[in-house]
Amino acid sequence: MNLAIALWLSQDAVTNGAIYALIALALVVVFTATRVIFVPQGEFISYAALSLATLQSGKVPATVYALIGGGILVVALDGLAALRKKSLESLPGSVLANVVLPLAIAAATWWSASRPDDLLLQVVVTLAIVTPLGPMLYRLAFQPLANASVLVLLIIAMAVHYVLTGLGLAFFGGEGVRARMFPDLQFQVGILNISGQSIGVIVTSLMLMVFLALLFGRTTYGKALRATAINRVGARLVGISYEFSGRFSFALAALIGAVSGILVSPITTIYYDTGFMISLKGFVGAIIGGMTSYPIAAVGSLVVGFLESYSSFWASAFKESIVFTLIIPVLLWRSLVTHRVEEEEDDS
Amino acid sequence: MMRRALVLAALVLLAVAPLVLPEFYVTLLSYIGLASIVTLGLVLLTGIGGLTSFGQAAFVGLGAYTTAVLTTKYGVSPWLTLPAGLALTFVVSLCLGFITLRLSGHYLPLGTIAWGIAIYFVFGNLDMLGKYSGLAEIPPLTVLGWRFGDDRTFCYLIWVVTLLALLAMRNLLDSRSGRAIRALRSRSMMAENFGVNTARLKIIIFVYAALLAAMSGWLYAHFLRFVSPQPFGLNSSIDYQFMAVIGGSTELWGAVIGAALLTLLTEWLKDLLPKVMEQSGNFEIIVFGLLVIAMLHRTRDGLVPYFARLIPADTQRVWPAQAPPLPRRAQLQGGELILQLKRVSKNFGALAAVKELSFDMRAGEILGLIGPNGAGKSTVFNLMTGVLPADDGEIYFRGERIDDCTAREIARCGLARTYQHVHLLQTMSVLENAAIGAYLRGHEGVWSASLRRDRAEEAQLRREAANRLEWVGLDGRLFDAAGTLPLGSQRMVEIARALCADPLLLLLDEPAAGQRYREKQVLAELLRTLRQRGVSILLVEHDMEFVMGLVDRIVVMNFGEKLAEGSPREIRTNPAVVEAYLGSVV
Repeated sequence: MNLAIALWLSQDAVTNGAIYALIALALVVVFTATRVIFVPQGEFISYAALSLATLQSGKVPATVYALIGGGILVVALDGLAALRKKSLESLPGSVLANVVLPLAIAAATWWSASRPDDLLLQVVVTLAIVTPLGPMLYRLAFQPLANASVLVLLIIAMAVHYVLTGLGLAFFGGEGVRARMFPDLQFQVGILNISGQSIGVIVTSLMLMVFLALLFGRTTYGKALRATAINRVGARLVGISYEFSGRFSFALAALIGAVSGILVSPITTIYYDTGFMISLKGFVGAIIGGMTSYPIAAVGSLVVGFLESYSSFWASAFKESIVFTLIIPVLLWRSLVTHRVEEEEDDS
Repeated sequence: MMRRALVLAALVLLAVAPLVLPEFYVTLLSYIGLASIVTLGLVLLTGIGGLTSFGQAAFVGLGAYTTAVLTTKYGVSPWLTLPAGLALTFVVSLCLGFITLRLSGHYLPLGTIAWGIAIYFVFGNLDMLGKYSGLAEIPPLTVLGWRFGDDRTFCYLIWVVTLLALLAMRNLLDSRSGRAIRALRSRSMMAENFGVNTARLKIIIFVYAALLAAMSGWLYAHFLRFVSPQPFGLNSSIDYQFMAVIGGSTELWGAVIGAALLTLLTEWLKDLLPKVMEQSGNFEIIVFGLLVIAMLHRTRDGLVPYFARLIPADTQRVWPAQAPPLPRRAQLQGGELILQLKRVSKNFGALAAVKELSFDMRAGEILGLIGPNGAGKSTVFNLMTGVLPADDGEIYFRGERIDDCTAREIARCGLARTYQHVHLLQTMSVLENAAIGAYLRGHEGVWSASLRRDRAEEAQLRREAANRLEWVGLDGRLFDAAGTLPLGSQRMVEIARALCADPLLLLLDEPAAGQRYREKQVLAELLRTLRQRGVSILLVEHDMEFVMGLVDRIVVMNFGEKLAEGSPREIRTNPAVVEAYLGSVV
């Protein structure tokens, strides 16, 4: 290995690490706010990347139908709940958010599909399609079990992962695609060729992290989410509903997933199940951060990026094995430094 | 008798099925058996132990690849590769369990997911393992020159193993260790208070489940006579978990029903869905996912427990037979100093729950610990039994310091307790609940229980539990689920459970709460008898009439501090106590 290769591998590592860091942050957001270990996070990546590519080919991505169908299901559930409570006051809001908004997005999608060269529009539309899927998922799959144990929620998350992966295959087929991006720039810095894509990924990731930091540090919504993370019961007592925290954190996760998907789509070929593998590496980063610490999760993801990049050079066949085995020493270290925490569920 | 009849009918069907079914269905039946063995491990782990693993398929792979490599490359007999595969799985699962199970609950599934993916790529990339194309020409199983060559005979072999695994698991759950395992999910602190090493037990059931998976893998390799990485990936692990969830992870038969349903459904959907969707792909996962979500939204129990409720249970209401009594501890001399608290403090943040509390207790004494709500009485119990660590001060039991001991070590010393909020296993019988108390007086472990070699000791434990329940007047309800008893009686079950530990010092947290007048009399009589037998009793209680008529001495606490100490008569006339309870008269 010479310096040029090392630098090139490092560039690759930082680019991928930035994506993993975004995913890790999303996982931490969702876990701390809802205790859901959000396995399906990767499906947002695939959905976004494939929707973008579909738009670029001048077609309407099937994710739009998922958006409309999901919205109708949510309104149906909300309607049932409203009937049971005999109070319809929350229903118009639900219809607006889950039927009217998706229809508007669908209209924008059709328009965008007829303009295959308008990249910016495609990006915006893709984000608009994928982001609302988050809160819908929360409403349909997780909210009815908000008080269940972490393990039950994890099994639900696995089931959702199955449903979304299967739907992804149905929507996009088994073919891999690569999206077109803004004209690719190359910078020559010394012996290193820096691609515009890498810079785009890194800058966008950093911007998103700053956005999250501001959101959690400065805004009421962010603070409400942090409050839920620290003490769910306490947050509830001061009027922060777990429904709100759930929907909000899932919307953030979907948005982050969609952004990641758009960022990776011009770099690698994306299949309907590629996102899952990416998100699993984000998981390793999040676990390094104990599923609760944002900065450690971000740093951990960078470590994953480097490990992956360099092991692809030294032992490319065992790249994945090495990355996922990293979790063992990490867990060993955590188990040595952490006091045992009891989690009991009541069976009465 | 209906359940027994159902099981018998199922067994008869199973015995006939491989003979009469077409070949295709015999193969399916074999797959169901193989999956049942793995799922059974998950029922123990998830449904009963409250842990989850998404790495079971990797353990199946470990068992399958071990035999595949050893038989095809080194010509080792399959009967030797089985122990080899089990040994390898034992080591791996022990390491994984040791690393993850000390952490909170979600690290085991996360750790097993990562391990499962890592080993999957090892299977797929190692030359020795045939990479993604796998290893073929694995030899068939032979016994004394007779080959398990065709699918029908192999189907029998698989189901014999499945049923034996089922039987072993049933034996295990109906044993000393089994009761402790059943307490892991919701009552692990209670279990620790009765001497159960819950961390160790969690590792044991994880290893147990992994070994079952490896066993299934060994059978799989010789059944198919070919292995490749694909069936050992994460999706297969998820499938096994879903089988447990859908079948019902709290009942052993749930494993078989879940495995059967999902296996058959896969076959059917694999045919149907690609035609409906007009493209090929494994769309059945959509249906599985929806099925699991719908199932968990309706009931967390799964199908078998749901239907089991409809069939009358034939519980064996056999009074435990006479058995030699369990050995007892050396009893204390009356008047020996048994308990000493020296300036013990405990803070919860800024709140001083217990502040520099000191008092002594002598053997054969009943000491009342009273005080208004929130005075810190239950916290004192938790400090004494290792549930909470003390911030400051020392606690001595018979001269030995116990405040830095674990709950288990304290239980071993001869302290047993009841809880202010009843800590019983609601669905377990009264007898079994009480028998948990005698955990430390037995020794038989998981393996001997699985093989039913623990029966002599088990009879002693059950007999002990029945005797103690008779003492508290519950001998008529031994076989009822503890949750069906009124609260007062549940408190009595807790006392019987504590007595099963043969304690030197009994800590009772509000035993008279929720009791009727007659029950209180029985309780008071019982406590007096116990005192005569040399048991010392520390009593937290709000019922003053009950306390005053029973105890030798009283310690009064208020705001975490000792307010007064003395005989019931002295306490009754102590102005500070009167003020604390009734407020100042001025």
